[in-house]
Amino acid sequence: MSDKVIIAEKLTKRFGDFTAVDAISFEVNRGEIFGFLGANGAGKTTAMRMLSGLSMPTSGKATVAGFDVYRENEKIKRNIGYMSQKFSLYEDLTVRENIRFYAGIYGKSSSFIREKTGIVLKELHLSGEADKLVKSLPLGWKQKLAFSVAIFHEPRLVFLDEPTGGVDPVTRREFWNLIYEAAASGITVFVTTHYMDEAEYCNRVSIMVDGRIDALDTPGGLKKTFNAVSMDEVFLKLARKAVRTAD
Amino acid sequence: MRTLRFLLQKEFRQIFRDPGILRLIFVMPVMQLMVLPWAADYEIKNIKLAVIDHDHSSYSRNLVSKVTASGYFILTDYTGSYAGAMERIEHDKADIILEIPASFERQLVKENESKLFLAVNAINGVKAGLGSAYLRSIIQDYNREVRTEWIQFPRFSPETSIEITSSNWFNPLMEYKAFMVPGMLVLLLTMVGANLTAINIVKEKEIGTIEQINVTPVRKVHFILGKLLPFWVLGLLVFTVGFVIARYFYGIVPVGSLFTIYAFAGIYLFAVLGLGLLISTYANTQQQAMLISFFLMMIFVLMSGLYTSIDSMPDWAKAITRANPVTYFIRVIRMVVLKGSGLGDIRGELLTVGGFALVLNGWAVLNYHKRS
Repeated sequence: MSDKVIIAEKLTKRFGDFTAVDAISFEVNRGEIFGFLGANGAGKTTAMRMLSGLSMPTSGKATVAGFDVYRENEKIKRNIGYMSQKFSLYEDLTVRENIRFYAGIYGKSSSFIREKTGIVLKELHLSGEADKLVKSLPLGWKQKLAFSVAIFHEPRLVFLDEPTGGVDPVTRREFWNLIYEAAASGITVFVTTHYMDEAEYCNRVSIMVDGRIDALDTPGGLKKTFNAVSMDEVFLKLARKAVRTAD
Repeated sequence: MRTLRFLLQKEFRQIFRDPGILRLIFVMPVMQLMVLPWAADYEIKNIKLAVIDHDHSSYSRNLVSKVTASGYFILTDYTGSYAGAMERIEHDKADIILEIPASFERQLVKENESKLFLAVNAINGVKAGLGSAYLRSIIQDYNREVRTEWIQFPRFSPETSIEITSSNWFNPLMEYKAFMVPGMLVLLLTMVGANLTAINIVKEKEIGTIEQINVTPVRKVHFILGKLLPFWVLGLLVFTVGFVIARYFYGIVPVGSLFTIYAFAGIYLFAVLGLGLLISTYANTQQQAMLISFFLMMIFVLMSGLYTSIDSMPDWAKAITRANPVTYFIRVIRMVVLKGSGLGDIRGELLTVGGFALVLNGWAVLNYHKRS
């Protein structure tokens, strides 16, 4: 299998007359942290949902982890993790029960689950909270836990949809440490964010405007191309062209 | 199979951790079964009677005391004017007026014939119909007494009469509760089954966990079974609580076997759970799910033969009752509890409800998409 974890070619999604994602083409390399930026309503989440097998593309081609998004979406699901914008752990289950449940439905063995749960809890400094209900945890902890659950089954690729929304700067930094660790262990990270400092942490960044990818390069390359001092400036220059209003 | 175990474990944990669900399981059946059967009694009692007695004779007084002695009527007014009695009806203080003419006794003695007049408040048709029928039969009875009193040798009486003796099968005392309580039990099972399943799945849609499940390799069938089985167990639990109440509170012991009832209930529950599942695939919010199931429940209850006889419905309404799973279970539970029918007798109903289960669940499975 090639070094490309995601290959998208003219991938398009229409809802009636509205083209949410307009023929985007890009590739994501194995082990890289790929930033997927764009204003609200630019089509990031829709694109991510197509790649993770939650949404059927209207046209175009794409393979994820070597599998076709049209025909092999269930095979894709075995090889990816996904953390959605909405918090998606069960609040009325404990930390340990959530881990066990998600690992279990990915088909992980009981011994694997038991061993790895201990490691993950220690990493997150949640060992003392393992048997507390998730709803009693602060938001930042929940987000870190959700991320750890999303990669618990050791996928090849993880999709993160605005994982740090509403999280304080310290926890954000900790969260990115977790992302780096995951990338170092060989998991490709596909992340959307609205924080431009986070965009600087990515290996490569694409910027979506009105359903199309208007720019794709390393943060340094983008700054050079757009003659800007920061990613913030790059983003503003591109996003101002948008005609579509945010939703 | 292993996936299913994880799904079931998670579901049971959530159910038993939710005090609301537990309260629903135990409080709802107790309340419903202890209160409703007393209110849903068809026997018409306490009919308010206004008597206008223009005669004031011993015959008229005897008639009135015979009527009130029957126990069905409450004498609320005893006046001399029709206008006065009519006013009582207008103010809903009386249901029936019995007017005895001034010459009642004299005519009866002299002409062997007399007339009475009944005026009935027919706003409540059932009450009006039954009330006037009771009153008529009491008056006829009175008439016969008068006749036997006058004719000394009834054997040579030119009047022939047919006396009717009847016996009531399966519910000899025509005990209303023996008929209603099992039916209520069915409604309970239906509501718990359909509502809880629909609400539970839609709740996962609302909080977004269903998307997290959809992005895992969990198979559709496993996910759905993981939802159905816990509520199937829960439904049978509620049903059992209901049966215990029926036994110890109303003294209703099924004539037929419990096995027959539970076998039918088990299959019936799959049909009802399938309905809940189907609702959840169409509804996006808990309010939507509630409204849809409330709407369906109204139809199910009123068109199931629980309160009204299906045989007296128009043909198009009968067709609707045949498309209603509740109808079959109410018929079956009454057959088994009162008559002692066995599995062989309810085979038709069993197959029909099994068909409902297949269609509803099949439809729900087809309509549940992991990918939009």
